[in-house]
Amino acid sequence: MQATASAAASAASAPETSDPSGRPAIAMRNVVKTFGEFAAVKGLDLDIRRGEFFSLLGPSGSGKTTVLRMVAGFELPTSGRIELAGRDVTRRAPFERNVNTVFQDYALFPHLSVAQNVEYGLKLRKTPRAERRRLVNEALEMIRLPHVADRLPSQLSGGQRQRVALARALVLRPQVLLLDEPLGALDKQLREQMQVELKQIQRTVGITFVFVTHDQEEALTLSDRVAVFNEGVVEQVGTPEDLYERPGTRFVASFLGSTNLVEGDLARQLTGSTGLLSIRPERIQVRNLNDSSPDADHVSSLEAVIEEIVYTGPATRYVARTDGGQTLIVQEQNDSRASGAGRGDRVRLQWPSRFNYTV
Amino acid sequence: MAASTIEPEIVSGTPTPDGHHHRRGDGISRLLHARPKLRLTALLTLPLAWLGVLYIGSLVLLFVTAFWTTDTFTSKVIPAFTLENFVEILTVPAYQLTALRTIGIAFAVTALCAVVALPLGLYMAKVASPTVRAVLAIGITLPLWAGYLVKVFSWRITFMNGGPLDWLLAPLGMTGPGYGTPALIVTLAYLWFPYMAVPVYSAFRQIPDNLFDASSDLGAKAWATVRTVAIPLLKPAFIAGSIFTFSLSLGDYIAAQFVGGKTQVIGTVIASNINLNPPLAAAFGTVPIVVVVLYLFLARKSGALKQL
Repeated sequence: MQATASAAASAASAPETSDPSGRPAIAMRNVVKTFGEFAAVKGLDLDIRRGEFFSLLGPSGSGKTTVLRMVAGFELPTSGRIELAGRDVTRRAPFERNVNTVFQDYALFPHLSVAQNVEYGLKLRKTPRAERRRLVNEALEMIRLPHVADRLPSQLSGGQRQRVALARALVLRPQVLLLDEPLGALDKQLREQMQVELKQIQRTVGITFVFVTHDQEEALTLSDRVAVFNEGVVEQVGTPEDLYERPGTRFVASFLGSTNLVEGDLARQLTGSTGLLSIRPERIQVRNLNDSSPDADHVSSLEAVIEEIVYTGPATRYVARTDGGQTLIVQEQNDSRASGAGRGDRVRLQWPSRFNYTV
Repeated sequence: MAASTIEPEIVSGTPTPDGHHHRRGDGISRLLHARPKLRLTALLTLPLAWLGVLYIGSLVLLFVTAFWTTDTFTSKVIPAFTLENFVEILTVPAYQLTALRTIGIAFAVTALCAVVALPLGLYMAKVASPTVRAVLAIGITLPLWAGYLVKVFSWRITFMNGGPLDWLLAPLGMTGPGYGTPALIVTLAYLWFPYMAVPVYSAFRQIPDNLFDASSDLGAKAWATVRTVAIPLLKPAFIAGSIFTFSLSLGDYIAAQFVGGKTQVIGTVIASNINLNPPLAAAFGTVPIVVVVLYLFLARKSGALKQL
């Protein structure tokens, strides 16, 4: 057998990014879930396309995990409809859905070896023994852990357990793989390494990944599209670029990265309307007051006083206050064009007007 | 208290130069602190005396008595060494059968307790609301609170000919089993059930919910999950519980007298020989001890005792 990555790829063959029938991998229609008085999910409509890396992003308690658990079948919706590839599974049990889950704390069976854990679902499907062994080996090769096959989960590191959980779910070749904050328990470095690996594996196997996270950076890095959840409602669905550059709501603008939200008089001064305005800190430049700007027509500009300076390595953050009392955060790269402004300096803040995004 | 009241400062003992107050008794504490051996002696004398003299001592006496003999006319114990008693219990079919029957009953009681404890533990740990869980926990431990004789007597009434059980089964055209081995097994299972149910329930609570979710997610139906995830993870709890249900069943004789009918167990044979032939009773008394030691040895080998 040759390199397993390609074996896995051939098994899944051409990822079905565009289903001829046009049916989404997951379709949710007006899905509501309440726990007693508490409405965890309030009328959700969402389509997730085939082969897509889709993230459900939101703070804890925003309903994203509940949505995942309803897709998996661990929770039944209070009302609404869930379809997998066009098939209504709203009331189906988890074992009746061609969907597998990677759990937040891995949920590996502690009494079974790594190989037995990965084999668990295949055994239930009554896959013949030889075939089972081949698939398990392939899956362990894919996560680059063939040497731990006989160990117990308790003998593995966090990152290894995470990968075994991934292998256990992927070995069944589900239509959709659900991942519930799978990297949450890992330290920063390992998490970043696993992000790269996850993305590669997803591209290789071509399976639809639905990824739950509260980490906006993780969601932006990994996803083809992201749904931003807040208090049981989807605030916006879009590509990472859409969400970051063109946030649809105040919540999305402030939850993804940091931003300056401006409204009222200052907004009118900048755009002519008082509506809510989002300006990303890294778009703003700090300039000397007597520096004349070359293309003043397309530039928004304000005078402000630097109140605080935070050095963060590759960049410097300034907290500036306008005469009107509005605080603006500015992030400046520490390169040759750095302004070198000091605390208390009166400066001109300027940025191309096209970065004034009206929310 | 009125603000003007000035409370005298309460000082016990004498202030030391460094300003700390020492209460009475601190002298002993300091003495013990300085002498670890003395401390250990003070701590362990009483429990060791209890264990050594009363507990192990009495068992040794029993074992010694088993090698003595009895004057057949006077029933007086003669302290002379003989293996006769052991030869008798090992070769006479009646004794062999009684021993085997008792072991069989103990296994049946253990199995019955385990079979009931599994679904009950599952329900209590994973399904029931906190209120229902508390009610069931009280229900399970209730048998431990009532007097032994009362419980056995209540089962005697239950199994009585024409008693409540017969009356309950009458509409189905059946009658209860009456006094005998089945009644004995049910009664013993009732008596020792808490010792099985409590460890099984607490082990169930320690299994994370997401293992059940994961099993179901990977395609297992409810029974497959119980069989391949719950039971293996509960094995130590079952073994721990079985040590109690098994050894307690092995040693019981009152229940056998009340609801066992003609069923003879090791306990009843010992009881009837205590006055007639104490050395023989003592020899027979070593049988359950040996069996339990063997059982513990097997349990230890399974590794379950480490998790007790």
